[in-house]
Amino acid sequence: MKIIVCIKQVPDTTEIKIDPVTGTLIREGVPSIMNPDDKGGLELALRLKDEFGAHITVITMGPPQAEAILREAYAMGADRAILLTDRKFAGADTLATSHALSGALRTLEYDLIIAGRQAIDGDTAQVGPQIAEHLDLPQVSYVEEVQYKAGDPFLRVRKQTEEGYQILRVALPCMLTVLASANKARYMRVRGIVEAYGREMEIWSADKIDVDESKLGLKGSPTWVNKAFTRGVKPAGTVHELTSEEAVDLIVGKLKEKFII
Amino acid sequence: MDFGLNKTEELFRQMICEFATREVKPLAAEIDEEERFPEETVKKMAETGLMGISVPVAYGGAGGSHLMYIMAVEELSRVCGTTGVILSAHTSLCVEPILQFGNETQKMKYLPKLASGEWLGAFGLTEPNAGTDAAGQQTYAVENGDSWLLNGTKIFITNANYSDVFIIMAMTDKSQGTRGISAFIVEAGTPGFSIGKKEKKMGIRGSATAELIFENCRIPKENLLGKLGAGFKIAMITLDGGRIGIASQALGIAQGAMDETIRYTQERKQFGKPISAFQNTQFQMAGLETKVQAARLLVYSASVKKGLGLPYAKDAAMAKLFASETAMEVTTKAVQFHGGYGYTREYPVERMMRDAKITEIYEGTSEVQKMVIAASLFPKK
Repeated sequence: MKIIVCIKQVPDTTEIKIDPVTGTLIREGVPSIMNPDDKGGLELALRLKDEFGAHITVITMGPPQAEAILREAYAMGADRAILLTDRKFAGADTLATSHALSGALRTLEYDLIIAGRQAIDGDTAQVGPQIAEHLDLPQVSYVEEVQYKAGDPFLRVRKQTEEGYQILRVALPCMLTVLASANKARYMRVRGIVEAYGREMEIWSADKIDVDESKLGLKGSPTWVNKAFTRGVKPAGTVHELTSEEAVDLIVGKLKEKFII
Repeated sequence: MDFGLNKTEELFRQMICEFATREVKPLAAEIDEEERFPEETVKKMAETGLMGISVPVAYGGAGGSHLMYIMAVEELSRVCGTTGVILSAHTSLCVEPILQFGNETQKMKYLPKLASGEWLGAFGLTEPNAGTDAAGQQTYAVENGDSWLLNGTKIFITNANYSDVFIIMAMTDKSQGTRGISAFIVEAGTPGFSIGKKEKKMGIRGSATAELIFENCRIPKENLLGKLGAGFKIAMITLDGGRIGIASQALGIAQGAMDETIRYTQERKQFGKPISAFQNTQFQMAGLETKVQAARLLVYSASVKKGLGLPYAKDAAMAKLFASETAMEVTTKAVQFHGGYGYTREYPVERMMRDAKITEIYEGTSEVQKMVIAASLFPKK
């Protein structure tokens, strides 16, 4: 099985703060990590490899320093790593990002594409599904478990929903977006670490991929950030012991009081 | 000498730091309290390849640098001194002498299983009457047909109850003095070899420290490690390397106590402000931070020299002397900064203080380190 895992380097948001004046993330001094959902996706691919044998390619779009997470993926057990980096990709929103990644994926062979559900820096959960649309692939998002039998032309996947979960059968090739909670990702192996920096790193520019260049970077990005701000601290709530009818009256009264309705 | 870590070492630091924080730290208080050897952690360490970091790939290891191994002991000890010494004793005292003095057959037989973590290793030199004066070995081995018959008792052996392979020193010709001591590879389960009393210790209480008892223990001839009569030299060279491991354990414990104290002094408020805002705290912590960093440079320097094949015995002694004394000072002061809370088992600093003490004692006391350092200053003429 040929598996491609799309990963992203993100600032470790557990250690990040927002500049109160500009409303943007303060990235200085914040460590960069492999996005947790993407790591869950890579682990899912590695488990398929452990059980059935697979060739795993990891791909990321980002600045040159994003190479670090590809080396990490090598140390975890990936077989091939591709870094999409070019000034033409700069300023990309999720749509332009998904066009760039799809452009690269069109030139590669795969049975399965995996991405993380969402990145902890943007929390959009859009890139994976957009790639599936561009490549006209069936997709399942919010995957927490995959079952496969050698030789089957499909996967059986468990998808998390707000109410519970769904068990779905999806034909290969397909796109899955995976949750970090799907598994406990393995640690890099010491031998993998020792070898990681000696392995080939394929660096691809925009010329190397199959995509209309007008769809890339800032000019291919219809999203404009109007304003970013830190949500204020909510005042303490109040507790009322009421019947349902009284509760409805109280809530409606409060909403009217604040001119919300 | 350049101590800037290369990219491989940086990536390794990331992994080992994550491993220590997630897998080792949550168990540290429990294994100390229960005096329990953390078998589950050792198994996880084996899965990631930590039991054979610097063993060449040809012998089933990861082929990493000695500095990577030292960083692993440091990071594990930062959160749990017990786990640090398990790795240090296994690697420095069992894997290293086989790698350095073993013949090809011995290397192929033992190293792959030790490097994969399927087997754990230990080392036996100390006896009731042969501590700092290690030359006074009373354990002896006599030739008997195709084998050696081993008799005697070793004490204070780290990893004893859980090890599969032991490097054991024994007198083979008393008339030759230290040149009559030889080294042997002894496997657990050999008839005549048993594990005796387990020590109840002040610190590193999860580490299994026990007696080894040999009663007409029959060892195959081919298990002689190195040349006949070379045992004392092998032991001393092995301990030179082991000292870097223990120095690194001390460094890790010191760093762990610094981390805890930096956090606590910023949270703890007295007289209306965090105690970190007082100059007494700041000046003392500045001094301790400087010592920890100085210890790190000594430890890494000794490790890099060993890795490059340069002489390092004096460097290892200085690293162990300074790092262990720094660990004792930092952990004692960490308890003081924590006040009454620091004296309780609610906080890890009292454990760190207990763990730190042994680093001034085992694999050569501080006094032995001074003898080694002084010997290089005043060579015998």
